[in-house]
Amino acid sequence: MLDLLAQTGLNAVYAASYISLVAVGLVLIFGVMGVINFAHGELFMAGAYAIVALYAGLNVPFFLAVAAGLLFVGCLGLLMERALFRPLKDNPLGGLVASIGFLMILQALAVMGFGVRMVHIPPVTQEVIAFSEKVRLPVARLYVIIAAIVLLSALWYFLKRTKFGWALRASAQDPEAAALQGISITQTARIAMFIGAGLAGIAGALTAPLVSVNPHMGHSVIVTAFIVIIVGGVGSLEGAIVASVAYALVHTFVTTFWDGVLADIVGLSLMLLVLIVKPTGLFGSADRA
Amino acid sequence: MPKFLIWIAALAALIALPHGLSFSQQEILVFLTINVLLVASYRLLTLTGEWSLGHVVIMGVGAYSSALLTKKLGVYVPVSMLLGGVFAALIAVLLSFPLFRMKGFYFLIGSFAAGEIIRLLWKRFRDPFGGAKGIKGIDPMPDFSVGFYQFDFFEPTSYYYFAGVVVAVCLWILWRIEKSPVGLTFHAVHWQDKLAQASGVNVRAYRTLAFAIASGFAGISGALLAHYVGTINPNAFDIDLMVFVLTWAIVGGTATFYGPILGCVVLTVINEVVLRELGLEQMRPLIYGAIMILSILFLPNGLESIVQKFTQRRASNGAPERSPAE
Repeated sequence: MLDLLAQTGLNAVYAASYISLVAVGLVLIFGVMGVINFAHGELFMAGAYAIVALYAGLNVPFFLAVAAGLLFVGCLGLLMERALFRPLKDNPLGGLVASIGFLMILQALAVMGFGVRMVHIPPVTQEVIAFSEKVRLPVARLYVIIAAIVLLSALWYFLKRTKFGWALRASAQDPEAAALQGISITQTARIAMFIGAGLAGIAGALTAPLVSVNPHMGHSVIVTAFIVIIVGGVGSLEGAIVASVAYALVHTFVTTFWDGVLADIVGLSLMLLVLIVKPTGLFGSADRA
Repeated sequence: MPKFLIWIAALAALIALPHGLSFSQQEILVFLTINVLLVASYRLLTLTGEWSLGHVVIMGVGAYSSALLTKKLGVYVPVSMLLGGVFAALIAVLLSFPLFRMKGFYFLIGSFAAGEIIRLLWKRFRDPFGGAKGIKGIDPMPDFSVGFYQFDFFEPTSYYYFAGVVVAVCLWILWRIEKSPVGLTFHAVHWQDKLAQASGVNVRAYRTLAFAIASGFAGISGALLAHYVGTINPNAFDIDLMVFVLTWAIVGGTATFYGPILGCVVLTVINEVVLRELGLEQMRPLIYGAIMILSILFLPNGLESIVQKFTQRRASNGAPERSPAE
């Protein structure tokens, strides 16, 4: 029983790692641009397909392929910013509809390029860290956990300690006042979109060998990310991370001891409960909504 | 008099329409008719300013309850369809207690969560909802004759006429509601909620009322669908269809009664007929997505704004058109 608990805990840590990467990106985009990016799950999917194309298809070394996936998806984010979100700045539903349109295009491109069926990716490493007979952590999962810790720490440093980060947070808090201080809103929007999309891309790229890659894999990712950012409080990066861990724990344990559908129901109910009791989320303040 | 003639001509065209189509196109026509009711009911909800992502699941509530009523209790099909609508409205009233504590973006997400929970419950509980495979062998609408026409509901044309009458009646009721004092209050709740509240309007009650009415008609459209296709499952009411409804409403425009219907008809014809005929099967979602993006970028007020341009030019010669209170 203790083994099972420990193993489930490890699985939860792994799940929390990639969920928090996706959710933090979504929060960053929402904070700076004021746009709900429905295509965020598909950016995750695009990152996974970068691995399919480069690592499984062209035999590029895995970590090089991951870096390329990060850049590729980051550029997709820049494209979205320029083509969709900037022209639709004053249209509250516009960004939402445009990102849904973009999502459909990305899905269709994935279907046309790689087919509807899930793709098999050769494992990066078969190594497993065995803590005991039954408690094991595959090294491929450890990569995801390490990447999440490193990237989120780097993001934290960037946002709290560098000038660019200050500018970014300033324009998230009050775009007009930030613009008056000489901060280029367009520039910060670009940076936020690149980082936000890139985080989703790298999460997709790193988990690609561990999950079934298919054109519709973004759906469950975006639902999870929404639950996490609502529970954590829209616009709060710390909240998103804490909520990722909490959600991953609850979801993994309910999946292990009951079943996956029930785990989804529990997750959604938690989100609804937070929306009813404290709509600003556990860590949020009522700034941008 | 000419307006009267236009209506007669439109009616004749709608009656003649299925006879010029192939079998699969006739089936699409039936779905289109049902979707027109779905999107028109969605507009009633948007009148109060709330955009829901749970509307399709509410449609599914109508479908599931009507299917279960006929299957388990042997209720006569047309009656069960009505009851499906009533059930959907009741569920909406229940959902309104948690959901109407939220507004705007939070309502959008909250309605999605509530809808998704209902949908997953259908998936999880095989008894009575049939689990992921759903309910099969739903009783079809019983055939009947009205003297000059024999309804045979295995024919899409017959079902099209039947659904067409039901949808037309529902649309008429929705239209009457919108033009009634209640409908005007919905507008007030959206655009002047503080003022409405100060004038003694119970804003919460009117939002709930709009939600319940919209959901009731969505439930009827779901029941129409269930007894036509004969099988329903949780995936038939997932977020993909909801995205389509949202798109129809936004591409068509929601400032007028006909806007969302126009969006639904135009996009369905493009998606199902034009792109299929061109042999672009795989590229359909891509083109559809591109149309969504282009229309929101270049036609932010929807297709209805084009129609309005024409009608207003005409109206300036005659009596001024009455525009909705905005």
